This record gives sequence, C-alpha cells and structure tokens, in this order.
Amino acid sequence: MSTRDLFTFSNRHFTIGVGVIAGILVVTGIAGFIVLPFAQPWVQFANVWDAICSAAGVPQRATSVTAPEQAKRLSEVVLTSRTLSRPSQEAIGRGATLAQRCAICHGPTGISRADSPNLAGQYAAVIYKELHDFRSGARTNAVMSPFAVNLTDQEIADLSNYYAYLPRLPAYHPTPQLPKPNIVIYGAPMRGIAPCGACHGSLDNKTGSPWLEGQSEAYMKAQLQAFASSERRNDISQQMRNIARAMTPQEIEAAAAYYASQPPDVVKAVD
Amino acid sequence: MLVNRKLILAHFWLAFAVFGVALTLGAWQMFIRSPIGTWLSNPELYYRSLTAHGTVMGYVFPTLVAMGFGYAISESALEQRLVGVRWAWAGFWLIVIGSIMAVIPIALGRASVLYTFYPPLIGNVFYYLGVVLVVVGSWIWVALMSVNLRVWRKAHPGAPVPLAMYANVAGSYLWAWTAVGAALELLLQIIPVAAGLKNTIDAGLARVFFSWTLHAIVYFWLMPTYIAYYTIVPRAIGGLVYSDSMARISFILFLVVAMPIGMHHTFADPQVGAGFKFIHSAFTALVALPTLLTVFTICASVEIAARLRGGRGLFGWIRALPWDNPMMLALAFSFVMLGFGGAGGLINMSYQLDASIHNTQWITGHFHLIFGGAIVIMYFAIAYDLWPHLTGRELIDVRLIRTQLWLWFIGMIVTTFPWHWVGILGMPRRMAYFDFGDPAIAPQALSVTFSAIGGFILLTSGIMFIVILARGMRAPRVDAGPYRFAIAVHQSKTVPVALNTHALWVALMIVLTITNYGYPILNLALGAGTSVPAVYVGAQ
Repeated sequence: MSTRDLFTFSNRHFTIGVGVIAGILVVTGIAGFIVLPFAQPWVQFANVWDAICSAAGVPQRATSVTAPEQAKRLSEVVLTSRTLSRPSQEAIGRGATLAQRCAICHGPTGISRADSPNLAGQYAAVIYKELHDFRSGARTNAVMSPFAVNLTDQEIADLSNYYAYLPRLPAYHPTPQLPKPNIVIYGAPMRGIAPCGACHGSLDNKTGSPWLEGQSEAYMKAQLQAFASSERRNDISQQMRNIARAMTPQEIEAAAAYYASQPPDVVKAVD
Repeated sequence: MLVNRKLILAHFWLAFAVFGVALTLGAWQMFIRSPIGTWLSNPELYYRSLTAHGTVMGYVFPTLVAMGFGYAISESALEQRLVGVRWAWAGFWLIVIGSIMAVIPIALGRASVLYTFYPPLIGNVFYYLGVVLVVVGSWIWVALMSVNLRVWRKAHPGAPVPLAMYANVAGSYLWAWTAVGAALELLLQIIPVAAGLKNTIDAGLARVFFSWTLHAIVYFWLMPTYIAYYTIVPRAIGGLVYSDSMARISFILFLVVAMPIGMHHTFADPQVGAGFKFIHSAFTALVALPTLLTVFTICASVEIAARLRGGRGLFGWIRALPWDNPMMLALAFSFVMLGFGGAGGLINMSYQLDASIHNTQWITGHFHLIFGGAIVIMYFAIAYDLWPHLTGRELIDVRLIRTQLWLWFIGMIVTTFPWHWVGILGMPRRMAYFDFGDPAIAPQALSVTFSAIGGFILLTSGIMFIVILARGMRAPRVDAGPYRFAIAVHQSKTVPVALNTHALWVALMIVLTITNYGYPILNLALGAGTSVPAVYVGAQ
C-alpha cells in the first residue's frame, strides 16, 4: 500500500482514525454546547441556538440594563506612550512661564516651602494626570482647582514637561534619614497591601505613580487619610483607596515619615 | 553509526550548561521565598530570576536535548550520515544567539515577564526576538528530521521506519505545529507592541494563542523520554519491546490529541466559552490514553527482561530486574513520578476540580514533578547511555550515577509533594514573598521549608550530573560499538502505511486544532474593544 492510498475510506486505519476522532468531537460537542448549558438550572436559555452561542463564548450585550449614573466624577486621563514623549525646549520654556503662578505654593525651584507637594523632577505623567483630574473635577482642592480649571491640554503638557525637566532637589527642611518600615518594603500581604515601594520607588516604579522622596510628611499623611475616607477618589480602580483603607494609622504615620526623610537622590533611576 | 558526534555533543553540552545555571536560579528562588531565607526586599530581582529560569528550562534546555537526541537517532537508527549538517549547525548557532539575545534584557531587568509572557505586561523587544530565534533554530531541526527520513525512505522503499526515528519525527512535527501558537502571539501581538508600533494588546487572545503552545509543548518535552522508554530501556536492561505497533500507536496518539487541549490552562479565563473549555477538557482526558498504553507496554517489556534473567512468579520477577543498572533505576523513578504527576494532572484538567487548585502552588508542583521529574530524569539517562558513544570514553563511576539519580528522585519528591500540599491549602503561585509570621499562613512554613531543602537536593544532583559527564570527557578511551536501539519481540517485516508515515495524523492534528481553536481565536481577533493598554516593564 502506498502513501497515495492512505487517505481513502478503503484504508482501515484512515476510516477508524477519522471516525473515532470525529465521533469524539461530535459527542463532546453535543455535551459541551447543548447538554451541559441546559444542565445549569440557574441559567435560562431561550432556545438551543442561544445555549450554543453562550457555550461558544459569543459576546452578548445586555441591552436592557443601563449603566448607573456616577455620582462623582472619575479620572478620565488616558496615557499612551506618545502622550508626553520628547518635549521640545520650547515646550519646557512655555511650561516655565506658566509655572510662575504655581511658585507661590510649590516654590520657585519646584520645592515647596509650605506643605504642598514638591514638583521638581517629578514624573511628567504624574503632573499631567493630577492637573487633568483637578480640571475635570475628579480631584478637588480649594486652592488648586481654580488654578487648573482654565488650563488647556497644551498648557498641562507643557507644565508637566517643565517640572519633570527640573533637577531633583533636597526638601526645604531635610530631616534625618529613617530606616525602611515594613509597610514600604513588604506591604502587608495578608491585608492585600502591596509594598509602597513597589510602585512609588524604593523597589520599583509604575506608570502614573509619583516618587515620594522628600515630600511633605503632613501632605502625604493627609492624602492617605483622604484616600482612606474616600474623600479623594481619582485613583484608578481604587488602587490607593483600597490600600489606604487597610492601612493602620501607625502604618500611615510610618510610611509618610519614611518618605519625607529620604533625599531625592535615592529615587530609583528607571527613566 | 554516529558520525556527527561533535554536533550532538555541542547540543547536549549547551543544554546541560544552561540547565545548570537555571537550576541554580531555581534553588535560590525556593530559598529566598521560604521561611529560611531572608527576604530580598526586592520582588523585581525575584521575577527576573524566575523569567530566566522559565525561559531556559521551558524553551532552551528541552529543545536542545530533543535536537541533539534527534540527530543521534537519525544517524544511528537510519544508519545514514546526517543530511544537512551545515543547516544543523546553523540551527544550533541560532539558538545560541537567540539565548544570549533573550538573556541580556532579562539580566538587565527589562524583561521580567516570566517565560509565559503574560501580556499586557511587555518587556524589551530583544527578549522576544531571542525566543523567536530559538524557535526558528529548532524549526531547522524539524525540517532536517523530515528530510533525513525522506532520504532514507527513497533508499529503502516500503521498509518499516525504525521505531526511534518514527517517534522522533512525530515529536518534531508536534513541536513544529505547537510552536505556531506562541509564534503567532509573538509576531502578531507582542513584538509590535514591544517595538513601539502599537500600545494596546488583546491579552485574552494572547492567552488563547499561548495555550495552543503551552500544553502540547509538554508533550514535545516528553517525546525524548518516551523514545527512551521504548527504544533504549529494554535494550539497556536486556529485554525486548513488547509491541512495536503499540509504541507507534502511542506516538501517533500524542501527535493527534496533545494539540487541541491547551484551553484547560484557561479554565479561569472569561474570554473563552464554556463549551470549548469542556471539549478541551474531554480531549485532555484522552491524552492519558497513550501514557497508559506506554506504561503497560514498558512494564511488559521490562517483565520480558526479568523473565529472561530467570525471574519467576506473578510479581517475583521484579526482584530479578537489574536494579544496579542506572537505566532501570531511572525508568522506575520516572514511572513513579509520572504516576503521581499524571494523577495530579487529571485534577488539573477536570473543569470543576481545577477550580480548587487553579493558580496555586499545586500547579507549580505538578509541572515540576512531570517535567523536572519524570521527563528530565530520562534526559539524564539518555545522556548517560549516549555519552560513551559520543565521546568514545567510558563512564566509569556507575555508583556515582546511581547516587545522582537517587538524589534527583528524592529531591524532586521532597520539593514537589509539599508544593502540592500548600497549593491545596490555597498558597498562590508566582509570589515573590510570603509573610510566614502571619498566623494565617504560619502553618505552611514547615512544608515550604521542606520544599526549599528539596530544591537544594536537586541542585546537588544536577551538579553531580554535570561533573559525571565532564569526567566522562577525560576517562580512558573505549570502543562503545555502534549505538543500537531495542528491538521488538515480533519485529515485523511490514508495517501498515498509516503507522509508517505521519501524514494522516498530522492532518488530524491540524483539523482538530481548527475545530477546537478556530472559533475562539476568530471570535477574539475580530471582536472590537478587546484590547487593553500595554504595561511596559520598568517604564515610567
């Protein structure tokens, strides 16, 4: 028998091989697409075709249900790899001009002399997101919101690029460096808290998370408390709210004090 | 007739060298994650190591063993010089270049995505290009195996293809087709994103593509082991293969049903329909069939050896087996591990039982027991058996070989059994750190500690293995004679064309892939709004 005779029904191996495989396929198909869907008493199907489509994973749109209205605004910022790529010198210059009105709180060199965040050398994506959120109302602050409300997209991008361009400077009132507390380095796995350092530097950085070294202790503490009470809600998918809610007051103190005590030159170089 | 011994030795040496490095990383990972190690305070380093361990153990090491062993089979079973030696070297160097290309971004922390890629996580593009080069290098081997068999057939029209070569080519075809899934994922989805041409990716579709590769790749890893069961072990212990046809049927069954079953890896994925999950689950059950056939045939072949050696009684013959023969020992260990691992696998493939262990340490325990245990211990056996024929020197220290095999067996059991256990208790996999001080998981600390100790036993055994082979390169010269494979009790003069060629079974494999994967892939590929933004490793 030559290879040519392999694919004919007169070849026993072909008939049996194909027959058995086809048989198994048909039986498992009937079981998986018809019998088992109907065996679930908690699911209702209009007809057999409906059951088959469901088992095949055909996407179904629930037309009768409308999404509930959001009582409060959520962050709508979308970052792509092109959003803030390669700022021109002109863009940074425009940002510097615009930043003059920020200097009263955030300092002329981007280092705050009050308890506002230091912005010098902060990641552009972070400033970009927060300004957008202040503008849209996803984040509100009595002082900051009026500043942000009239900014254009271009101005926000320029400001972000300007502050990212500034050198990272020590805090206005540096304090002695503290050792890493557990919450920063280990998190609390049993309470679902990832280490602070996994996103905010010290261990690793994730897009959209600020580096925190040298920030005001009072500011960071206030923000964690605002996340915990859901007063602040512009974090994506409640990432920070879920963490802050599970943190103990002592952990909030320890994390804020630790980051405030760090000089900015320990920020992990990832960019 | 082993002519291109340098080629085969190069494949084996590279395989075992990278194996040694990855094994060390594995032991370190077990230690650092266990209560006896001090936590690194840097999960990124852990995942970097894990990516290197998986990439080497999953892609580079078994592929090189299969290739080296494949060339040895082609030359010795067909008794003809390897056709396309230059191409074979080109394939080898592609793997070398690909491995280096992949390892550099991993070492720099730019590709800590694990060997299973896990989009939307995206690493450095050179990592993926390196993996592609490794696969392309192995495809050259696939083509060469096919070409060599064709050349032999022309010279021997109608003659039965030697079993070892028949199985070897079946394994190469399985690999060629199963690698297509990951290749599609890499070329169409991941590499365009990693190269910056796109910034969103359909992670669900990527997972379906990867499942195409991920399960059948296990059977590709398994092929050299099964070939050794059938064609080396009976000869090495002085027996005969119980049935040549049964062996061929097992290999073609692997070819047909190893492929369309990968979705049991996606039981918890919402983007795949439940009906397809059920079909894949049912076909996964079928894949137990060739393994059961093999266990039966090999036990029968071993019994033949025992009875030829004067064994008597219903079970008394077991005592008559040559237990001091490393090959016998390796086979027995391999079967025990295959038994436990296979039983665990039946739980993984059951749609409902899987829910209790999905993504737990049970899974890690399972695939280490099957791959690292049952499969790799036979890779050791293959190397020991082939070494004198490749080097022309004797492996003198049989005691050391036996100790090495024992240690590997004990190490693997000590490592994987507690792993399974903590998995049942709910310990998740792919975690860099566990706080064993917490009362909720403190009771698991003991099991994890045992597991880590097992890791070091394995490392010891692995080092011994490399030392034995290295010493074998300097041992006194000896003429090992031609390399032979086991023969069957009834060595038939003719074999039915279906069991002498692969066409029918390759066709069935492709058809089943289309029936079982076609709709889910099209559904995801054509559906709108299924892509998510990519998450770049180390990006800010």
